[in-house]
Amino acid sequence: MTTTPAELDGGPVAASSGRRRRDRGVDPIPWWLKLIGLIVALYFVLPTLIVIPLSFSARADFGFPPEGFSLQWYENFFTDPRWLSSLGNSVLVAVFAALLATVVGTAAAVGLNRLTGRLAGFMRTLLMISLVTPTIVVAVAVYISFLQWHLTGSAFGYVLAHAALGVPFVLVAVTSSLGGFDQQLLRASASLGASPVRSFIRVTMPLISRGVISGAIFAFVTSFDEVVIALFLRSPTFQTLPVQMYNAVTYELDPTISAASTLVVVVVTIIVLVPQLVGTRRKSS
Amino acid sequence: MTTTERPRRTLRPGWLLLIPALALLAVVLLLPLFQSLLRSFGTPEFTLEHYSSLFTDGVTLTILLRTAATGVMVTVVTFVLGFPYAYLMTRVSPRMRGVLLVIVLVPFWTSVMARNFAWIIILQRGGPMESIFEFFGMHNVVFYGDVVGVTIAMSQVLLPFMVLPLYSSLGAIDRKLLLAARGLGSSPFIAFWKIYWPLSRGGVVSGLILVFTLSIGFYVTPALLGSPQQSLIAQLLATRTTQLLDFAGAGALGMLVLVVTLVLVGWANRFGGTISAVGVVPTPQTKGNS
Repeated sequence: MTTTPAELDGGPVAASSGRRRRDRGVDPIPWWLKLIGLIVALYFVLPTLIVIPLSFSARADFGFPPEGFSLQWYENFFTDPRWLSSLGNSVLVAVFAALLATVVGTAAAVGLNRLTGRLAGFMRTLLMISLVTPTIVVAVAVYISFLQWHLTGSAFGYVLAHAALGVPFVLVAVTSSLGGFDQQLLRASASLGASPVRSFIRVTMPLISRGVISGAIFAFVTSFDEVVIALFLRSPTFQTLPVQMYNAVTYELDPTISAASTLVVVVVTIIVLVPQLVGTRRKSS
Repeated sequence: MTTTERPRRTLRPGWLLLIPALALLAVVLLLPLFQSLLRSFGTPEFTLEHYSSLFTDGVTLTILLRTAATGVMVTVVTFVLGFPYAYLMTRVSPRMRGVLLVIVLVPFWTSVMARNFAWIIILQRGGPMESIFEFFGMHNVVFYGDVVGVTIAMSQVLLPFMVLPLYSSLGAIDRKLLLAARGLGSSPFIAFWKIYWPLSRGGVVSGLILVFTLSIGFYVTPALLGSPQQSLIAQLLATRTTQLLDFAGAGALGMLVLVVTLVLVGWANRFGGTISAVGVVPTPQTKGNS
């Protein structure tokens, strides 16, 4: 962070021309490194994009390359009750899971921001722990306990489980936006006669809203995309979109999944990227 | 007033705000895991039989070793690809760095099922991967239903968890040290080995441990791209639970996986914060509190 690449590349020989500077730079980036970077970048992005041409294929199997052009898989996605209901369930679960995660996660972040010491540090780690516990272990444990509590196959059970997974994202995002928060503002607000609740709504909330929104979005996406716990909590009457996609690959061999995949990738990308773009534009103007 | 005299006796409002989140965590995570722990010791009588049978039933140990081997392969692949990429990120212009960072974060929001479906298409018999090998004159190379295919797909998913900790540790290295070494007559390789590599070790160790740890718990990718004959630990856990209804055995196996994971994560945390490395995803963390 102390030196910029431009300084390193051009600093000592900045007087010479651009091309010669690249040739004689003290510390150039070797071509093979750029090549590896390109290959890795393609490895990140390319495989997922393969579902897009496939979704317009006229073939009735998972074969590649696609043949012909057809919108039948999109038509199927929006007319087949199995796909439609699982999409509806996913949206419902994700909205409520994100709401719950955002409320409890924001409260926890605000609370932890005022606390110091070992116990507070432990609490923060504890609230983040679901990021690193293997999902399959949690899924199996949750499945057996939720069976006893009659929460499997219900929207409520899904919301609870997915909200818990979303809390760490809210916690991190809100904590980071609280980084520059001046506690004096709350004291000022209180001395002017505002109740703690009013202070929170009028002073804290506007200042941390970006963090709250970004946390809520990640909690939504986490739930919308979650498949392992969802596979265990499903019932014949209630399942989410990722579970239906899993069925399409394993049992039904239903090419509608290519349309579903394309829609999910495009929509979620928009949901994640648009706030970022809007945010940076607002900042730069 | 009296508040300065007894600040500790009343519960401060900060703690009250933690209660809802802790309650949610307790219901979804802590209580089910605790019940699972209890079951693994047998009810109603205490026994360690479920734990000892993990190592004696002949199946579990084989699958554990296979899972560890797959994890090592994935870790090596992600390191070999991730280190140059993270290094490149520290060298390019800020604009290009932003592009490379977004590319790393792509797997975080592209749907798990869409990605696994894509890998099925690529790796299946007659798919693009086989065609590429076909083009080079190698016939019948199909990775679908094989540990190799699982490794390729898992490495793609886990690569960000290698790149992000590496990037944060490589980015903190002062490259002037390398130039100084070169100026004093050392070869590029020696300069890298003696100066850059030791300074990057924190990020390397936490990246390696993080990827290996996460690979142990993978379920969907091996279930879809692997085969039942070469199943990994997560598949065994799922089968024991939903098909064999062996809740106690599944509990013991789950506890074993959980303990190994938490020990490894705790270890990685010493080398520069694994949890915060994952948490860096939504927004860069500005407050070094965790």
